[in-house]
Amino acid sequence: MLNPDSVGRTFAGVDVITVTQEEINSFAAVIGEKNTSVAPPTFSIRISLREFESILTKPEIGLDWTRLVHGDQKFEIFRPIVAGDSLTTSATIENYRVAAGNEIVTVRSDVFSGEEKVVSSWSTLVVRA
Amino acid sequence: MIEVGASIPAHEFEVNRELLKQYADASGDHNRIHQDEAFAKSVGLPDVIAHGMLTMALAGKYISDWAGGSQNVKEFSARFTKPVVVPAGKNVDLTVSATVLEVIGNKVRLEISATSQGVKVLGMAKALVEQGN
Repeated sequence: MLNPDSVGRTFAGVDVITVTQEEINSFAAVIGEKNTSVAPPTFSIRISLREFESILTKPEIGLDWTRLVHGDQKFEIFRPIVAGDSLTTSATIENYRVAAGNEIVTVRSDVFSGEEKVVSSWSTLVVRA
Repeated sequence: MIEVGASIPAHEFEVNRELLKQYADASGDHNRIHQDEAFAKSVGLPDVIAHGMLTMALAGKYISDWAGGSQNVKEFSARFTKPVVVPAGKNVDLTVSATVLEVIGNKVRLEISATSQGVKVLGMAKALVEQGN
């Protein structure tokens, strides 16, 4: 069970993530995108989902990642990610509820290049009963 | 001139186990429900299912193509209502279409429909795209 005290907390990502052309190319190849000068619109999930996992599975937060499914997803893209971007992230646990035994947590990710916000996204994650 | 209510022609993507493996590697999401049939069934799923985010990435390709490139997609949201079930050795369809919901200056809001094997897999799927970049 997620610790309800963690709702509202924001966690700064510890690492600077440098995006490589190879990462964009392999993501684009899956969907058949030929233009790899910018990353596909959902590319940032690669960064945010890993960050959510590392935060939500901390012992003091306690989400069970093994029974997780993705409920919904939203992106606000201020500019496309490109190769060479050095990105920092922050993640906020925005909402948590239990319905029919399922735990439902909404987490927000903000991705920055220096002071510039590049993308915000919201993921609703469901731990099935 | 783009008018509210206009339909955008559907596109059919092909989804199979190989694509799921490729997406797992490209996205870093190696959850076993997308790879391992015995594991997927052990947690109550009918079979291996596609990553919801793979479905969304493919729908994203569809709207990027319509909008003239990935750089023109400004907002994109969806609910994963039903899984895309991917049996071994089979190609299943992901059929994506859209209609114009709203035109705001040079921006267009689309409502997206996505089905697989006749089942609606995305709900409340919308995108805001900018034209002419």
